[in-house]
Amino acid sequence: MSNFYKNSDLDNIKAERIVSDTLNNCDDGELYLENSKSESILLDDNKIKNSSYSSDLGYGFRAITGEVVAYSHSNDISKDSVLKSSQNLKDTLKSKKGTYNHEIPKSNKKYYEDLNPIEEKSQNSKIKILNEVNNYIRSKGDMVSQVTASFLGEHKEIEIIRSNSEVLKDVRPLVRFNVSVVLEKNGKKETGVYGIGGRQSYDEYLKNENWKHVCDEAFRIADVNLKSKPAPAGEMKVVLGPGWPAILIHEAIGHGLEGDFNRKKTSAFHNLMGQRVASEGVTIVDDGTLNLRRGSLTIDDEGTPTENTVLIENGILKNFMQDRLNARLMNTKSTGSGRRESYKHVVLPRMRNTMMLSGKYSQDEMIRSVHKGIFAVSFGGGQVDITSGKFVFNCTEAYEINNGKIGSPIKGATLIGDGPSILKEVSMVGNDMKLDPGIGTCGKAGQGVPVGVAQPSILINKMTVGGTQL
Amino acid sequence: MVKDQEYLNSIASQTIEYSKKLGATDVNVEVIHSISETVNLRNKQLDESNRSDSFAIGITTYINKKKSTISSSNLSKDNIKILTERCIETAKITPDDEFNSLPDKDLMAKNFDSLDLYDEFHVPNNKKIDILKEAEEAASKEAKIINTETDFTENKSNFVLANSNGFINGYKTSNFNISCVAVAKKDSQMERDYDFTSKRHFSDLTNPTNIGKSAAENTVKKLDPKKIKSEKIGIIFDKKISKGILSVLSSAISAGAISRGTSFLKNKIGEEIFSKSLNVIDDPKIKKGLGSKNFDSEGVETNNLKLIENGVLKSYLVDTYYGKKLNLKSNGRSGGTTNLYFENGSMPLETLLKSSKKNLYITETIGHGTNLVTGDYSVGANGFMVENGEFIYPVSEITIAGNFKEIFKNITLANDLEFKYSTNAPTLLVEGMIVAGR
Repeated sequence: MSNFYKNSDLDNIKAERIVSDTLNNCDDGELYLENSKSESILLDDNKIKNSSYSSDLGYGFRAITGEVVAYSHSNDISKDSVLKSSQNLKDTLKSKKGTYNHEIPKSNKKYYEDLNPIEEKSQNSKIKILNEVNNYIRSKGDMVSQVTASFLGEHKEIEIIRSNSEVLKDVRPLVRFNVSVVLEKNGKKETGVYGIGGRQSYDEYLKNENWKHVCDEAFRIADVNLKSKPAPAGEMKVVLGPGWPAILIHEAIGHGLEGDFNRKKTSAFHNLMGQRVASEGVTIVDDGTLNLRRGSLTIDDEGTPTENTVLIENGILKNFMQDRLNARLMNTKSTGSGRRESYKHVVLPRMRNTMMLSGKYSQDEMIRSVHKGIFAVSFGGGQVDITSGKFVFNCTEAYEINNGKIGSPIKGATLIGDGPSILKEVSMVGNDMKLDPGIGTCGKAGQGVPVGVAQPSILINKMTVGGTQL
Repeated sequence: MVKDQEYLNSIASQTIEYSKKLGATDVNVEVIHSISETVNLRNKQLDESNRSDSFAIGITTYINKKKSTISSSNLSKDNIKILTERCIETAKITPDDEFNSLPDKDLMAKNFDSLDLYDEFHVPNNKKIDILKEAEEAASKEAKIINTETDFTENKSNFVLANSNGFINGYKTSNFNISCVAVAKKDSQMERDYDFTSKRHFSDLTNPTNIGKSAAENTVKKLDPKKIKSEKIGIIFDKKISKGILSVLSSAISAGAISRGTSFLKNKIGEEIFSKSLNVIDDPKIKKGLGSKNFDSEGVETNNLKLIENGVLKSYLVDTYYGKKLNLKSNGRSGGTTNLYFENGSMPLETLLKSSKKNLYITETIGHGTNLVTGDYSVGANGFMVENGEFIYPVSEITIAGNFKEIFKNITLANDLEFKYSTNAPTLLVEGMIVAGR
């Protein structure tokens, strides 16, 4: 475990004393200490283009009273600096007095190991695999015009000190392996991207030449896109494949069910609790407790153990995702969803692994039922306006469906829909739920955090496809 | 107060010295200190106050043609030593790359003009709150506004860039930013929109009442939108988003994308890629400019660049590494463009709005639907239907799509250019794009 006070005039006891003194009259708050290391090794254009390492150490001191949050952070973990932050917090909240002091529930469950993926494997062995990746993909033919492959590793240690001298700790590993391929044929160029990752060591993903599967997928997607024709424009039926396309759920529903937007009544969902927001058969959860998944957390960034939160059960809205602040103001409990990108950022309620559970239909049945529509298998990213509820996501692999049969691949296009109504348009839920490969990062208020998604194949009755063919 | 030049210089110099002692043949170091204070209000009440005090150091060591980089927020001597050692060890086992090197000495910045990028003025938090209240008062005067959120950020920073060829320079910059987001409601439908002002100097900020007022007006106008039919139609890009077209251009002409073969503008130097009347300029030396700088992230002199002249692509954005690869000299664009803009058009906005019987005026796009390899473009959008120059009704839940190779050639600019961001464009019309809706 990291010693946050190395070469500092501060120690546990002094820090705990300052925290208690500062937060005494507040509703909530904590001193959050973080020591994170990350590495990135990048192969591009037949070469190791970049090999970088970053180490970041700092604290974020937070005090909350009523609805007001005061935050001060610095990378100088010294008595002087923490005291200055303390004064800053007291100044902001000077005339306020709080009453809340909910305890943090305890749990011994852990969803990943205390390992450091960066140190576990030598730099040389990582470089060697990247070179093998490059050779493997380029051996597939002259059409390969560019290969980019990278390892990203992270090791983050956190410590949370609360006003009753309670100290909570977590050590979080995270790795990601990414491959991007550009193919060129008859003057046409297309890209394919694929990656895998999670909260474990690189070896889990790379043993038995597992990396070849990642290369094959990236190559296959680029190859499909080379044969693609312009996408259609307009409203039509859409079949989404299982796994990663669940970013639809993340954008259309997930963000709108985060506690802060609902407390502030700026989410399109804020007055829909207990009401039908999806077709029967649609159940959506946000689960932080899946072993080794990218979006999983043993405790959240306020120290609350994570849980499996049911958001929508059989079409009915059941819960929002909450951090401590929004839970308190909405008279409910934290769902262990309080997250921050780093010590430089305030806590917000965020998603972890957002999943639609399996239903009873096969993907085949869905496709056969569509006269004219599209079948979307892979996506880039998405975005949502939580107030109007409108959301988009970008296809990176999709096909037309004609008379119940999958036809030609189509070019990447944006799909747009309305969050509160889209799930009522889901007419079939597949029996093939799949987790995504572990590459998602969600952005909110300028903060990026790792997340996961999962879903079975689904059939949506009506969505607007943003192609160019009228 | 942000640390002075002397303090940052000494850390940079010591790091270079230590790296050379450990066997680095070349070194580049950047040290940054920034202090940022933000206050947020919601419905005229204090919501959040945030103070950030942060250091950052970035070290790149070269051992001949081998290179490695390291970054950290911890500036203690011990930590810098450990990191430098790690950086050198990593460089040793990284394969050679013949294009790795510091910039050529003769390209390094020698002219350090005062660009007037720093305003010492400090706005105490209670004054920030007063300013934000004024903006929210103005916004909430509109009856349909049910929620207002504002923030005021004051940022001061200082940096030093140094390399082992003797370059060492840096300067202070400041930034003041006020923004207001409003939510309006009609029946069960809600819409949100915003306005903001961002300046190097406090006294140049737009009056907060005007910010609040325009945020509220933008929002209320969006209520009760319609989804329109799919069709081919002229699209007018509001100034909030027209600058996005220049961002696509700058990504597509970066030497990296050109050299890697991943840009739809590869080998287009000397070709007419825009309508003939268009000029695109990147000017680093605008006084108080949000993108102004004396040198790029490698210390190379930045000069005024005319990227597009009469529609013709004149140059790429070149850094040292990809420059060497493409056999081009760096033009001081490591880290991208500075103050990038379309030279102002000649057509009044009213004339542009009337250019066809029917146009779609877009105020917001959502999603990241630009493919730089092919130039394909497809994003979600909302805005207004314009008929005979009049705004008829708001439009949402549609997409707009096309390909930038054609979009670039079908642009008509209005004459309303202003400098609100670091990349700026006037309102502009693109003919022949496809809208997907009902």
